[in-house]
Amino acid sequence: MEMVVVAPPAPGKVEDLKRRFFATPLQALLSLMSLAIMAFVVWKLLDWAVFSAVFTTSGGPEACQAAAGACWSVIAARWRIILFGLYPFEEQWRSALACVAVVVMTVLSCIPAFWTGRRIALVWGAGTALYYVLMKGGVLGLSYVGEEAWGGLALTLFIFVTTCLIGFPLAVCLALLRRSELPWISRTTALIIDGVRSLPLISILFTFAIVLPFALPQWLVGDKLYRVILGSALFFSAYQAEIVRGGMQGVPAGQEEAAMALGMSYWQRISRILLPQAMRNALPATINQFVISFKETSLVVIVGFFEILASGNAAYGTGEWRFAYVEVYAFIAFIYFIFVFSLSRYGAFLERRMSVGER
Amino acid sequence: MVSLLRNQKVRNALLQVLYVGALAALVLAGVVIARRNLAEQGITSGFDFLYKSTGWDVNFSLLPATANDPYWWFFLIGIINTLFLGTVGLMLATLVGTIVGLARTSSNELARLLGRTYVDIFRNIPLILQVFFWYAVITHLPTPRAAHEAWGMMLTSRGLYVPIPNVGAIAFAAAILAVIAAIALPVWLGRTSRLSQPFGERLGIQLAAAATALATAAVILALGRLPDLPLLDFPALQGLNLKGGLRIPPEFSALAIAIAIYGGSYIAEIVRGGFKSVGKGQMEAALSLGLSPWRVFTLVRLPLALRAMLPILANQYVWLMKATTMGIAVGFTDFFMIVALTINHSGQTLETIGILMAGFLAINLSLAAIFNRINKAIALKGNQLRA
Repeated sequence: MEMVVVAPPAPGKVEDLKRRFFATPLQALLSLMSLAIMAFVVWKLLDWAVFSAVFTTSGGPEACQAAAGACWSVIAARWRIILFGLYPFEEQWRSALACVAVVVMTVLSCIPAFWTGRRIALVWGAGTALYYVLMKGGVLGLSYVGEEAWGGLALTLFIFVTTCLIGFPLAVCLALLRRSELPWISRTTALIIDGVRSLPLISILFTFAIVLPFALPQWLVGDKLYRVILGSALFFSAYQAEIVRGGMQGVPAGQEEAAMALGMSYWQRISRILLPQAMRNALPATINQFVISFKETSLVVIVGFFEILASGNAAYGTGEWRFAYVEVYAFIAFIYFIFVFSLSRYGAFLERRMSVGER
Repeated sequence: MVSLLRNQKVRNALLQVLYVGALAALVLAGVVIARRNLAEQGITSGFDFLYKSTGWDVNFSLLPATANDPYWWFFLIGIINTLFLGTVGLMLATLVGTIVGLARTSSNELARLLGRTYVDIFRNIPLILQVFFWYAVITHLPTPRAAHEAWGMMLTSRGLYVPIPNVGAIAFAAAILAVIAAIALPVWLGRTSRLSQPFGERLGIQLAAAATALATAAVILALGRLPDLPLLDFPALQGLNLKGGLRIPPEFSALAIAIAIYGGSYIAEIVRGGFKSVGKGQMEAALSLGLSPWRVFTLVRLPLALRAMLPILANQYVWLMKATTMGIAVGFTDFFMIVALTINHSGQTLETIGILMAGFLAINLSLAAIFNRINKAIALKGNQLRA
């Protein structure tokens, strides 16, 4: 006898909608409520940000203030302060180029082809050096600009990059020291890591910026910027060390024993066997930590740096744009959002990619 | 000598001594230099300064504070402010996070989309930016003379004014405790195994307990009432300022709102993860036993999800508690701001930094201890794993 297979009728558009959103009265209520909230918020936002907004500077602040919607002319008038801070006006192209260099460097290091220790070090070393030369000048015919004049987005990016650049190797060292077989070394390191982790970042930045000069000999004090970067790197490395250590714990003990049996030295075992595998395990959490520390660079505003948040405060805080604070904060939030959101999406992508490899 | 260095044990001991010694020497050198530098500025080290009066004031305090109070009292005020802001922030963030997290796990696609949009937006904007934003919004509200009024509350640039009952402080606190008991008692009665009634038949007892607690609250309020004043003290305009009511300063509300919104987006993800970790079979088994959807949720899904998310939630709470240090950005006198002000005014740098570290260590450790207790109470008990 022949089996007759009857395919269920393909649902029509209306039935599909009904099934997805109005299956039960409760579902229908939920759908309608969500729809109402969404429609309200989207409409209000669009109206404020686009339809009733003022985009040109021609009317000046007064016309802008009178408008019902957003006053984007404050951005048009003050974007240079927000992005570049107090950097000399004619030289701001250097600051912009430096930002581009950092972004290119970050994008490059997201490509798997660059994931060997040497290449990633090369990319980051070259990128940071390029940034430094562009910003500071004094060579190649570029005029000298001291660190105290750096500001805006460029400073935010610099602090982030140098924090990672110093913090990452430090984190690997701390993780290795913490898993040392010598009890006093591992205990002391654990104490340092846990101590730093239990303190808020602001208090560490404050200590490094304001208190540390008392505890250092004169010749070691250096610029406040570099002290703050050191503090932020220490904080980053304490968290990152735990992530790296977690990655190391995920490497089967047999791997290291096999390496030992082959007669590899400690450094060979670490650099050829343990770290590559541990890094792979720790990658998703590491990206997450990068995301967090990018957001946390904004805290340096508290110890008096002119990074993007402080320059935003200055952009609306002085003179005739005092009313336009929402627009300025929205602009800064948008910049942060682009960086952080793309980084965290990238992290999610990596996680999926790696879990596919695992199967 | 060389043969001694080749000896593994000697080498290990030497390495450890070198490492610990170098670190200790670094710290010691720092302290010695700092003491010399401070002594040059005429600052004597030691903790005597704790008993001197500060000479400056704090803008927010739950305890009475004047410029004549000693430093130790101010440190205490700072810690209480931090804990208070932290607790309010945690509760609000948990509320927001639970709602958004439930929306994210809902079976409704639109609700999921709404929750996801919320998380994506607010998680990706730094907390301090949100604090600045809300502070700017609140301080740009109209002056008291043109205040927004709603349900007896007044929204002004000087803060939010809410009506407050005219009762003594102790009676007020006791009444709040009674109200909390009115919520907590029925929940506890519904779950405890100390009662002889079966779990389903306790509604009467629960209602009676809640009613008793609420009645107690009412009696406390009536007894503690200040004489010759109306029961509720409404804020009202008097001259150029508002009189009466309770003023919630803009610094506090900005921080609480920002922590609630930002922390809520993180907690939402934790809540979602917790619910995702509950096996589908558990729910199906519960449904096939004939439990109503509500009971499936409260008796099966929620407890299992809670168990999965509590350890992560504890970390998040510790983080949020530390985030109260953002107070210094808008001038809220939390523990850290008191520390910073003390260093500015008294110059007792090393001692104050020590107090700062000890304070946060104590806060972190006690939070961790509380959560370990809770965790232990709801963790899987040994034999439950046996199938």
